[in-house]
Amino acid sequence: MRKNKKRFDTAMKYSLLFAALASILIVLMIGFFTFREALPAFRDIGLGKLLTESVWRPGQGQYGILAMIIGSGLVTAGAVILGVPLALGCAIFLSEIARPNLRAIVKPCIELLAGIPSVVYGLFGMVIIVPIVRGIDVPGNTGFGLLSASIVLAVMILPTITSVAEHAIRSVPKEFREGSLAMGATKWETIQKVIIPGARSGIISAIVLGLGRALGETIAMIMVIGNSVIIPATSTGNPLSIFLSRARTLTGNIAVEINYATGLHESALFATGVILFVLIMIVNSSARYLMSRGSLGKNC
Amino acid sequence: MTKEGVMKTIDYSLYYGDFKALNGITVNIPINRITAIIGPSGCGKSSLIRSFNRMNDLMSNSRTEGTILVDGEDIYSQDVVRLRKKVGMVFQRPNPFPKSIFANVAYGPRIHGIRDKSKLAAIVENSIRDAALWDEVKDDLGKSAFSLSGGQQQRLCIARALAVEPEVILMDEPASALDPVATLKIEELMEKLKRKYTIVIVTHNMQQAARVSDFTAFLLTDSERAGNLIEFGPTIEMFTNPVDNRTEDYISGRFG
Ligand SMILES: Nc1ncnc2c1ncn2[C@@H]1O[C@H](COP(=O)(O)OP(=O)(O)O)[C@@H](O)[C@H]1O
Ligand SMILES: [Mg+2]
Repeated sequence: MRKNKKRFDTAMKYSLLFAALASILIVLMIGFFTFREALPAFRDIGLGKLLTESVWRPGQGQYGILAMIIGSGLVTAGAVILGVPLALGCAIFLSEIARPNLRAIVKPCIELLAGIPSVVYGLFGMVIIVPIVRGIDVPGNTGFGLLSASIVLAVMILPTITSVAEHAIRSVPKEFREGSLAMGATKWETIQKVIIPGARSGIISAIVLGLGRALGETIAMIMVIGNSVIIPATSTGNPLSIFLSRARTLTGNIAVEINYATGLHESALFATGVILFVLIMIVNSSARYLMSRGSLGKNC
Repeated sequence: MTKEGVMKTIDYSLYYGDFKALNGITVNIPINRITAIIGPSGCGKSSLIRSFNRMNDLMSNSRTEGTILVDGEDIYSQDVVRLRKKVGMVFQRPNPFPKSIFANVAYGPRIHGIRDKSKLAAIVENSIRDAALWDEVKDDLGKSAFSLSGGQQQRLCIARALAVEPEVILMDEPASALDPVATLKIEELMEKLKRKYTIVIVTHNMQQAARVSDFTAFLLTDSERAGNLIEFGPTIEMFTNPVDNRTEDYISGRFG
């Protein structure tokens, strides 16, 4: 009996270890094969040219992805600007203000947002957001472009940021809250001066995680951003009109062209993938770094 | 201010949902004295002390009956912000904010609208001095409050409470998380503070109550587990010549 149990334990241990190793292996393999396919592009075009040339004309052998880098950067920035205040508002509301029964309704609704497939967000963007944005009276504005994409993306990153930030706010010890209230601080002063600073590192990592999610989003972006390979530019004197410009994201570039690309073109798309992979890895590991630093900082 | 006391409760009861935690407490807290609240664990000491500054309001299921007067006025007809400015609190576990030593003490004055830098600096220094911590931290005011030892953190929390110039300081087992040396420092400090402030301290430590307090309130649960005030009086009389048998049992039980 005892012996069997021990044998079961050992078997369990090794199969779990195998599962862990398999997942590491899969990540390594994805990295390896993407990189292998991208190698000709890095060799024949060069990383420098890929990153700094603004013209992408595979038919004529021009492979600059700068326009897509800027497109991805701007749409992500737009999503963060629109989405972060909303998400932090939700997080503060859920953790500090909502009564338990209201929270029991609102929280699942926000979590539900995370379960909606991207393509549905794309449809929502095309049918609702794009026509509204089209109403902005600026020459050349079709509604498809960075603004519509940023709005859709802001909604998509909302649940990630909200749930991580809410968790961070809830983990602020209740002693801080009581200490502040007992000094005669109001609830809002307490939230502003003690709770948010106390949850700062968690909130920052929530934002960075949202950023990573935004950078990786593909299909919904393709559906609303217009996909033109141009460096976004202003169309009126107002610098904000840059967001009415069409653009293309790094992810969109791959998804739109990979079906018919061959040779160096195909390899350049893989190179785009590698660059995206590295970017997202940097973002995610900085989120992890911030989180680990935050939990240490609380105790010492 | 009323003559007989800065704070009193009149037939005060407290409920958490359907559970009655305090039953008809009537007690008069003498001004500029240290009043200890003693009793076995779960008898409602924290519930009572947290009633004076309405901290129980934070529990959504709490409900009160009867009256508590602070400066002769019902606490529920006072603005809670003003009440808590008047009735400060120090908690069981030191709970400085994750801020600098200076910012911790300046927190209250800033909340209450003091912006002037030199004024703030003066308040911070005086409060830390009054909390007998100045010599230990005067060169490190910019350092995180978490760099201090537990005892220093608790004195910082006392300084933080003093900085808003309260009339009353409530202390819920302020030394229970501290070592004997740090505890002694807090006790000496209380002795000094009572000249300017009315102090209420919850303690489960009988010797501590005997050492530091002028008056003692003894709470005990009844058959329904609700806390009742069994006896209130000068500490010396209560420890040497208790009126109620239950007080005597409790005190002697702990001493013997
Ligand atoms: N928020 C609460 N909700 C329900 N019951 C509570 C709550 N806080 C305290 N109690 C109960 O009230 C009684 C008194 O608690 P407390 O005042 O903390 O006692 P003490 O400080 O003397 O140990 C205990 O039975 C405790 O379980
Ligand atoms: Mg207690």
